[in-house]
Amino acid sequence: MSSESSPPAPRATSAIWAIFNREFAGYFRTPLAYVFLAVFNAFAISLAFFVGNIYEAGVANLDRFFLYHPWLWAFLAPAAGARLWAEERRQGTIELLLTWPISVWQVAVGKFLAAWLFLATALLITLPIAFTIGYLGDPDVGVIVSGYIGSLLCAGACLGIASIASALTRNQVIAFVTGFLACFLLVLIGYGVFDEFIGGLFSPTIIEEVRRIGLWRNLEPFTLGLVDLRPVAYFLTLSFGGLGLSTIIIERR
Amino acid sequence: MALIEVKNLKKSYGSIHAVRGISFSVERGEVVGFLGPNGAGKSTTMKLIAGHLRADHGEANVAGFDVSANPIEAKTHLGYSPEGAPAYSEMTVREFLRFAADLRNLPNPSEKVKKTLELCRLNEVAHQTVDTLSKGYRMRLGFAQAVIHDPEVLILDEPTDGLDPNQKFEVRRILKEMASRKAVIVSTHILEEIDELCTRVIVIAHGEVRCDESKEAFLQRGSDLNEVFRKLTA
Repeated sequence: MSSESSPPAPRATSAIWAIFNREFAGYFRTPLAYVFLAVFNAFAISLAFFVGNIYEAGVANLDRFFLYHPWLWAFLAPAAGARLWAEERRQGTIELLLTWPISVWQVAVGKFLAAWLFLATALLITLPIAFTIGYLGDPDVGVIVSGYIGSLLCAGACLGIASIASALTRNQVIAFVTGFLACFLLVLIGYGVFDEFIGGLFSPTIIEEVRRIGLWRNLEPFTLGLVDLRPVAYFLTLSFGGLGLSTIIIERR
Repeated sequence: MALIEVKNLKKSYGSIHAVRGISFSVERGEVVGFLGPNGAGKSTTMKLIAGHLRADHGEANVAGFDVSANPIEAKTHLGYSPEGAPAYSEMTVREFLRFAADLRNLPNPSEKVKKTLELCRLNEVAHQTVDTLSKGYRMRLGFAQAVIHDPEVLILDEPTDGLDPNQKFEVRRILKEMASRKAVIVSTHILEEIDELCTRVIVIAHGEVRCDESKEAFLQRGSDLNEVFRKLTA
């Protein structure tokens, strides 16, 4: 069998950690990451103040801030996730990754966690709005924390979808547009935009069930301080389902 | 035991049969030159052995491990440099090699990176990002990531492609230094490279092995190697 000079097979955790480190650092090697963070912050704050009228409402909570997060994630998670696999394919480095002694799922997990942490960084930068609300009023800190947890889970769900789109193509623009359209559809479903189209075909019970798979429907309980199992399971299913499916797509290349 | 063992490998892309039942084995100390025209199935065969592609049929073993059944173990003993030597353009040479060392979970990764930079004479560009490297340095970096763990099996897809004579000399020099301890497959279009580098020749055309013999036997086929090549691959 093998000679004594060859190293042992790498541990899964060290491989995931190496991928995670490279990917996370990779986001900050180009100015695009800073543009992304600035855009997310600007839109998140602007929408809360100028569309949601969070200040005029005179209520010390952030539900008008989180209200727009599904829209933001639907656009920005695919923007951050488009490079996950498409960039590897474009550069040809996927050939290295797949011939190094690591599993595709280890690569996928490392990449996904790095992208998720990048989105979490974007979310973290909006914390001054929470401090402002705390300064102006007396908000329930638990509700704000659960809102942030919900938003982070929502970001993970959009990233799961984006990672599937990225695994399907070597073109980042196509990956972004495909991911965005899929996430956008999930936002619209939650607002009942398609009720008129499907109203004649299905019963109100089915329509209501369809609306339940919308992003906002599942984020809303978090913004009210309710951390239910169902929305948590929904977001995690989309996150890890996307992760699993992208792994299968790459494995079956 | 052969360090590389390939049994009846087959691979198709849709209706195109890229590899049609290729078999051979490579022992330690052998440097096998893979010759063949473009589209002959050389790269596909290398990708199948390296575990980048899955074979439709047949078996590839690296250091005794089946690439399909035990991919991680097989790849642990393998160094592979794909055609064009892809690398992460935004990383520096040192960072890229450190990444390769970390992914392989090598002990003393900093030391391994240092030694590999010296071996492949990359020290002077260690702090340069990959996208600023000349083709020669880039090819050497591809080679460096393939040898950083001192593997028993080395598969190099056109490692001297596009290099100037000095750069080719450098790559061949490094390869010769380590060849006696390894089983090596090198694909090339440069027929002169066979005499300088290889101990054995395998000619592939239309997805089949057309010739598998020692370098000496191959060179005795004729004085004009281009003519020999044309006849074998027709």
